[in-house]
Amino acid sequence: MRAPTLSQAMPQASPATEPALDADAYRIAHYTIVPQRHYGRIVAAVLILGALAAIIRAFAVGDIEWRYVGLFLTAPAILAGLVNTIALAVCAMALGIVLGVLFAVMRLSKNPVLSTVAKLYVWLFRAAPALLQLLIWFNLALIFPRIAFPGLFDVRTVDVMTPFVAGLLGLGIQQGAYTSEVVRAGLQSVDQGQYEAAQAIGMTRLRMLRRIVMPQAMRVIVPPVGNEFIGMIKLTSLASVIQYSEMLHAAQTIYYANSRVLELLFVASIWYLIVVSVLSFGQGFVERHFARGVAADRR
Amino acid sequence: MSTATPSAPIVRAIDVCKRFGNFEALKAVSLDVNAGEVVCIIGPSGSGKSTLLRCINQLERMDGGAIWINSELIGYRREGSRLHHLKDREIARQRRSVGMVFQRFNLFPHLTALGNIVEGPVQVLKEPPKQAEERGRALLAQVGLADKERSYPSELSGGQQQRVAIARGLAMRPQLMLFDEPTSALDPELVGDVLSVMKQLAVTGMTMIVVTHELGFARDVADRIVFMDQGEIIETGPARELLSAPGKKRTQDFIAAVRA
Ligand SMILES: Nc1ncnc2c1ncn2[C@@H]1O[C@H](COP(=O)(O)OP(=O)(O)OP(=O)(O)O)[C@@H](O)[C@H]1O
Ligand SMILES: [Mg+2]
Repeated sequence: MRAPTLSQAMPQASPATEPALDADAYRIAHYTIVPQRHYGRIVAAVLILGALAAIIRAFAVGDIEWRYVGLFLTAPAILAGLVNTIALAVCAMALGIVLGVLFAVMRLSKNPVLSTVAKLYVWLFRAAPALLQLLIWFNLALIFPRIAFPGLFDVRTVDVMTPFVAGLLGLGIQQGAYTSEVVRAGLQSVDQGQYEAAQAIGMTRLRMLRRIVMPQAMRVIVPPVGNEFIGMIKLTSLASVIQYSEMLHAAQTIYYANSRVLELLFVASIWYLIVVSVLSFGQGFVERHFARGVAADRR
Repeated sequence: MSTATPSAPIVRAIDVCKRFGNFEALKAVSLDVNAGEVVCIIGPSGSGKSTLLRCINQLERMDGGAIWINSELIGYRREGSRLHHLKDREIARQRRSVGMVFQRFNLFPHLTALGNIVEGPVQVLKEPPKQAEERGRALLAQVGLADKERSYPSELSGGQQQRVAIARGLAMRPQLMLFDEPTSALDPELVGDVLSVMKQLAVTGMTMIVVTHELGFARDVADRIVFMDQGEIIETGPARELLSAPGKKRTQDFIAAVRA
């Protein structure tokens, strides 16, 4: 509303008052177009390439025996470590997802006992560092020498709490706490109308969750869980502290013997890089699978 | 009250009350719907039409009164003079005989048109998938979408989605179909397709309760019209009679306002 009064007060140069260009001035179709030159980009690229070259040269001439990297890349001990790393990551992640779904459903339940228990679980296991949780599980025998259920089983804790089991519990239970938050967000992202439509065709609560709600929540759940899976691969290296012979532990065992510290750390890095690359690739497939029927929405 | 005789109503609602906080959405609503009858519910926004349908399908829990569907008390198990709330599984079983069509379609977006239709028969009624798919195709043909069985909801127009939703409800072989403003989320040119599917359905003898603002449809198809306002049934009567000569002032005003 203010604009007209302003322009009345201060008349500006309008096109009509400019002198008309002569007809030749409009004939520019045959001129050569000179693109904008991005001098900044060229300078930056030169600087970065220079820095990269310097780093590569440093590693090449440094006191590193690249021979050893090649040699140990496929050493049986390293490959066994790789398998153990993948085994622990997959099992811990599976446990994390099962617990995550369970506690997310509990959290959203109308039963106040269930939802409070779920809240406490997330609160407790997100708070303690992963390394600390691993140490607690591994050393559980110090306070509970035996694990027993009257009449069913009775075992020595040290026999059960192997490095693998301690790693699985420590990492999996913590992962469950994170995953349950992701799953909860996924479940809440599903429209209320979907719940009602599922009920209207006579589905029970459980079947509705499994057939209707979860498949839709997966769209929201898969990307962060994929990320966390990648994080889990790397988190398993913490289990080297509790004597689980995963990849880093295998590398360390070798370099304690032959002192080729960096060479073996590079070997481990290369394998982590490969595994994570494969996972990132697989993540894309899973995401596309759960985007069924929705992709067309993004017109 | 009559017991289960052939002429017992499909729906018998007696003094149904529903409160949201202090607000009374339904104030002692009673309604009988007989087998094969088409009842249209009309009334201003907020008058409790959806709430009544949702009580019939147990998407809302009543605060008072009771509803029988096919002479079975819904939501409760009777033991002597006590009424016990039914378990989730029992409520799910009771809902099977009632189909519901929503204003916003609520098709399952991760399933194809045919997948939406066979989901209930296969998962809930445990029909063999082959047989369910065969019938699903017949239902798609019935709603005029034989060529769309592989389409996902996001690839269908609003009118097509709503027709799939009707087929999804029919796939459960319900004794009663509930429609909550099935055409009010549709572009005007798509309304006709959905209404004609519903008209056909009425002709086949399906018992239907339809909340609608389409007075033309109500006049042509409904056996009876129920006018609701402020959580009460104000007036009910044969469709043409009620529309052409409403007895109550509030009904007259509403009809005049919708026609205007
Ligand atoms: N979940 C709820 N919580 C609180 N109030 C509600 C809820 N559902 C409905 N109501 C209220 O109950 C009243 C009746 O709602 P209802 O949806 O049954 O009306 P309606 O007749 O279907 O209206 P419309 O024609 O707009 O769909 C409204 O005033 C509404 O605000
Ligand atoms: Mg409504």
